[in-house]
Amino acid sequence: MTIDLKTLNIEPRRQTFGHIARRFGEDRPASRYEEGMLDVQATKHFHYKPFWEPDKELYDASRTEIVMQDWYALRDPRQYYYATYNIARAGMRAAAQHNFDFVEKRGMLGNLDAGWRAKVEDYLLPLRHVAWGANMNATQICDRGYGTAVTAPAIFTAGDQLGIAQVIGQIGMDMAGGGGEALEAAKEKWMTADYWQGIRKLVENTLVEQDWFQLFIAQNLVIDGIIYPLVYDSFDASGQAHGAAAISMLTEFMSEWFSEHSRWTDAVIKVAAAESGTNAAKLSAWFTKWRDQTGEAVRPLAAHVLGDGGDAAVDQALATLNARAAKLGLST
Amino acid sequence: MAKKLGLKQRYGLLTRGLDWETSYQPMDKVFPEATFEGIKIKDWDKWQDPFRLTMDAYWKFQSEKERKLYAVLDSFAQNNGQLSISDVRYLNAVKLFITGVSPLEYQAHRGFAHAGRQLPGVGPRIAAQMQSLDELRHAQTQIHTISHYNKFFDGMHEFPHMHDRVWYLSVPKSFFDDARTAGPFEFMIAIGFAFEYVLTNLLFVPFMSGAAYNGDMATVTFGFSAQSDESRHMTLGIEVIKFLLEQHPDNLPIVQKWVDKWFWRGYKVLGLVAMMMDYMLPKKVMSWKEAWEIYFEQAGGALFEDLARYGLKPPKYHEQATADAEHLSHQNWSIFYNYTQAAAFHTWLPEDDEMAWLSEKYPNTFDKYYRPRFEQWRQMEKDGNRFYNNALPQLCQTCQIPMAYTEPGDPTTICFRESEYKGDKYHFCSDGCKDIFDNEPEKFSQSWLPVHQIFQGNCGGADLGDVLKWYNMNVGADNMDQNVSPEQALWDKWQAERSRVAAE
Ligand SMILES: [Fe+2]
Ligand SMILES: [Fe+2]
Repeated sequence: MTIDLKTLNIEPRRQTFGHIARRFGEDRPASRYEEGMLDVQATKHFHYKPFWEPDKELYDASRTEIVMQDWYALRDPRQYYYATYNIARAGMRAAAQHNFDFVEKRGMLGNLDAGWRAKVEDYLLPLRHVAWGANMNATQICDRGYGTAVTAPAIFTAGDQLGIAQVIGQIGMDMAGGGGEALEAAKEKWMTADYWQGIRKLVENTLVEQDWFQLFIAQNLVIDGIIYPLVYDSFDASGQAHGAAAISMLTEFMSEWFSEHSRWTDAVIKVAAAESGTNAAKLSAWFTKWRDQTGEAVRPLAAHVLGDGGDAAVDQALATLNARAAKLGLST
Repeated sequence: MAKKLGLKQRYGLLTRGLDWETSYQPMDKVFPEATFEGIKIKDWDKWQDPFRLTMDAYWKFQSEKERKLYAVLDSFAQNNGQLSISDVRYLNAVKLFITGVSPLEYQAHRGFAHAGRQLPGVGPRIAAQMQSLDELRHAQTQIHTISHYNKFFDGMHEFPHMHDRVWYLSVPKSFFDDARTAGPFEFMIAIGFAFEYVLTNLLFVPFMSGAAYNGDMATVTFGFSAQSDESRHMTLGIEVIKFLLEQHPDNLPIVQKWVDKWFWRGYKVLGLVAMMMDYMLPKKVMSWKEAWEIYFEQAGGALFEDLARYGLKPPKYHEQATADAEHLSHQNWSIFYNYTQAAAFHTWLPEDDEMAWLSEKYPNTFDKYYRPRFEQWRQMEKDGNRFYNNALPQLCQTCQIPMAYTEPGDPTTICFRESEYKGDKYHFCSDGCKDIFDNEPEKFSQSWLPVHQIFQGNCGGADLGDVLKWYNMNVGADNMDQNVSPEQALWDKWQAERSRVAAE
């Protein structure tokens, strides 16, 4: 029996869930971003205190010193929910794979000057350990953070950072003609080379930071905000004189990702800083603390890659970052 | 030129190689939860990656699945797919799911993020992170699927608010709070092994095949789409338990205790599924007893035979759960029939053909113990005196279900157990729940028991109306008997309209 359903009068009795209508101040349709995110995390009547942190609730806003009236104010301008996140990344990663195939087909890695090739192995390949540290930090922010508005994009970022570590890993294998030798050598540099130790120490310091919003500043704003422009802009630009077009192609994913990631980072910080003078002061103090540590940590690497031009490149990255932070309402 | 690597080596380089032994900060500060549960790991490198999924492959597979799923959800909404369900009563299963299960998917997401940060081995850490992403997927796709039903039907509109407050929802909530507040290894055994591996088929198969039998194409599509995630989760769960048992003999007694505890915890939560299968589905898939036989007795039996080589025994009280399968759904449905005035879904008495089905599926118990009860309530209903129980029930301190279960082997006597801790008395529905309390009294004495909280005035006020208001319940629509519900009236109107149109 087929029935023309159009002849039935089927009117929705409500447009969205009650908790969302209350936020809207009216019952109107909500987006999938809103329905999948708003108020999804439990807030009340937790049954047991965590064994691993008995002085806090399971979800507890006091895991950071930042205070928000409404944690769901920290929106993601990309409006990612799981589906749109994965679809966006699958597209970016397919484009990156296309570049990998193109570079391999044309033998473009063979165009690298021998000297610069060694530099690339020195600066680029150990960066996968920095990305791995960033993955742990993003996971930590998801774990300890408060409110799905910020914790959901945090686990997406964890996936991104792992994906980036693996893009670098793939570059390392291609540079070694398909084997793991270059990556193993890179790990040795990460562990022992002088020009990496400042950064490794910096990353290890972030791994023990318990205030998740401070970690957000340290990782997403400062470390990513200095290392990405330094490596994927300044180092990359120098490489162009040494036949490094292939490296630009293979790291395009990171450049594209960084500008997208920064949109989210900036939106979250801007709202938190605008919330109160106390927040702004805390965020500013964390910013300057991690900026100074990071600035010093990257100088030996920049000098190793760019020689005398290293300090100028770091200064430029710092100036860009300071300007960015100022726009977010932080004092620098 | 170096030789190209095999898949396993390649995966190893892209993941295992990432980790390093920290030296500027001590490892036990980087992984502060690695040892406090007493689990001993000699060599994380012995971890076998159960699936070798790099992020590029993850994004590709998952995005393809999401495209397909959301295409179905869009067309379901456009075509008023809610009209194709078997009967409006079916939606009560959906209400139970969005208020009771979807918030657990979210909890799993955050819990695996915790494990995905805290487990010191890089292999399990990555697997846990991917599961964290998957579980967020499950929470969000379920919300997006049920969003359409919420536009037309009651009892779904306040799912997070209710999950944090409503009396019976504290059963699933406290279950997951328990796992989440445990250390990362217990969490992996509780959720990764006991829940995802041993018991998952008793949760998802009933809900998803229930959806299929009852014309809910949206939920079916979600269920199918989640299947490949679930198989990864199951592989992770079994790998974790084997790894812990292989790493050190001292782990066995700890793991055994967790298996015993989480079997019983999970089994008690699944009582909600039992009543859903036997009473709420207009078109029945199979009985709870049959599901228990297939998915626990047979599949679980084979599993524990396999794990016996590590010295692990089947969970304590599993024989009792098997014996209880004759009673569980009937006792639970009775509880909810009694207290529908305080629930965000409807109940009703089984019709004659449903009673016949129950007699056939439960030949040892239904006619003897439960049919007379339902017939008495049916008579009361006919007399215009539908039975509602106005006395608040006592809840089990551990599982938080009203104390309405009977003694093992004696289905006419209610089972009560009690323990004393720091001068206070605590009450339990079963030996299993009492054991769990006695092993961790400090933890379980903290339970936020809804009935206690009502008595203490923490739930909006002293009378039922105040409490329901505090639940954000739409009184008269979300609660009470199915037969007097607005959505039944709406459904009947739609059906009448369809018949009229068909006749023309
Ligand atoms: Fe799930
Ligand atoms: Fe219990």
